[in-house]
Amino acid sequence: MVDFANIGAVCRREFSSYFATPLAVIFLCVFLVLNGFFTFELGRFYEIGQADLSSFFVWHPWLYLFIVPAISMRLWAEERKTGTIELLFTFPVSLFEAMAGKFLAAWAFLGIALLLTLPIVFTAYYLGDPDGGVIVASYCGSFLLAGSCLSIGIAVSAATNNQVIAFVISTSICLLLTLLGYDPIVQALHKVFPPVFMEQLTNLSFPFHFEAIRRGVLDVRDVFYFLSIIFLGLFSGAIILDKVKAQ
Amino acid sequence: MWSKSIQSQSPCQLATAVLLNPIMTELIQTHNLGRHFGDIKAVDGISFGAGRGEVLGFLGPNGAGKSTTMKLLTGFLSPSFGTATVAGFDIVEQSRDVRRCLGYLPENAPLYGEMEVAAFLKFVCEIRKIEASRRKAAIDTVIERAGLSGVLHQKIETLSKGYRRRVGLAQALVHDPEILILDEPTDGLDPNQKHDVRELILALAKDKCILLSTHILEEVEEVCSRIVIISRGKIVADGTADELRTRTASHGVVKMRLSGAQADSVDRELSEVPGVKEVAAQRVGDEVAVLVTPTGGDFSVHNLVEAVISKQCRIRDLSVERGHLDEVFRAITETVDFSGRP
Repeated sequence: MVDFANIGAVCRREFSSYFATPLAVIFLCVFLVLNGFFTFELGRFYEIGQADLSSFFVWHPWLYLFIVPAISMRLWAEERKTGTIELLFTFPVSLFEAMAGKFLAAWAFLGIALLLTLPIVFTAYYLGDPDGGVIVASYCGSFLLAGSCLSIGIAVSAATNNQVIAFVISTSICLLLTLLGYDPIVQALHKVFPPVFMEQLTNLSFPFHFEAIRRGVLDVRDVFYFLSIIFLGLFSGAIILDKVKAQ
Repeated sequence: MWSKSIQSQSPCQLATAVLLNPIMTELIQTHNLGRHFGDIKAVDGISFGAGRGEVLGFLGPNGAGKSTTMKLLTGFLSPSFGTATVAGFDIVEQSRDVRRCLGYLPENAPLYGEMEVAAFLKFVCEIRKIEASRRKAAIDTVIERAGLSGVLHQKIETLSKGYRRRVGLAQALVHDPEILILDEPTDGLDPNQKHDVRELILALAKDKCILLSTHILEEVEEVCSRIVIISRGKIVADGTADELRTRTASHGVVKMRLSGAQADSVDRELSEVPGVKEVAAQRVGDEVAVLVTPTGGDFSVHNLVEAVISKQCRIRDLSVERGHLDEVFRAITETVDFSGRP
């Protein structure tokens, strides 16, 4: 039995704590600047001459590798370090409610960051006639991808009281899940592993599902993949937390 | 981890109903409660109870298991064995109900430093399910009780240690719980702040059940109605301060200063008084200092005084040793080794 009011309370507290310091604003600026750099410099948005946002979204898995763990690293590590975890879990809150509340707060924050990139959509419309459905699907995919990285990060954060360690390990796990769908790596692995195995391995990767959504097909299987990564991250995080909270 | 508690409209009211049952008078009751961390027996089978109006002092050296016991009772840790009930709820099966009914100040009063005091208290109200209509009254009450009105819009991390402790107490009190568990509430505070916190505890004590841990003996004497001494995870003493003092070797020893012609030979007379175990007399100047150690039983100071008077001695001074808590504390806990227990 999950008490949604508790999830809401934890979520609101966590969300407002982002804006207690200028850090949140700095973070949003870094996110937008990096996005612009990737899109216009590396993605050559203008030079390609196509009115679509693929050169914007194609970088998101790589961007989230560093951006999301920076958000998720403190979620539990800090509570464990300062001891507030003892306060939180002696309130009538279950592990899963606290986990979900924190996750939703961080996800909402990443959602705001994503919404702030909307001017690039207007740019595309100003320059040509892009496919609106593809853009909406891509935004959904990007948001789900961010949530998946976040749920991995939150589970890792539960396992340590050191934020730096949490950052490095979450980035490593997300990198692994990204590389499994990165063509040069996939081709190299094809020489080692049988095709059946490789197919399953690629299936597990972020880009495999993100690319599918980015093409404009919001397939149930891809959405289900991201949602199950999120649930798995939160669930394993709650189990880790239950084991280690006393240490 | 998924809450298994039985949902009811108001668990604390339910608990009060249970309390009306004469069999269940203890708000906190533990039976052979224990928690091991690997080979370390942090809490090793303790049983005690505490009722309304009682301030139970948990006393013990560092690492004795005081904090672990409190973490077990507040549901933060689960026990390795044994059971306990808080307000009639089982600490494992009905953990959420237990946590609804108690207020807890963890050791060192951890708080969300980046929050303002008012916002933090509002968060506690939300998570403690205090309805929006009663929220303002609840917050105002604890602000007054804890003396926080001057710092409401300061960030908690900018507050002094004393104020932070008060915020910790305020969050434990905001839902007006029947049971308060305070882990070293005065640790690290200056004497004035200690005094304030003790006054607050005494003011709350009347209609609540308070369990507090400390290693300050004077604090125990000042605020606690009963003392439980814990050493190496076990209860080694349980009683009021006066009861514990009787365990001191010097408890009941009568000290006298006598003068008079026969004062030097008074010791033989005194050792024949019923219940006297030992008499030591020593001349100091023109007086004789006498120490009378009773065996207990049928000893009375009255008989002793009569014996002195019958020898035509004059009593210049007489005092009965009450015993010292710190002596008891050391005697029963000093066997603790320093093996690096947490």
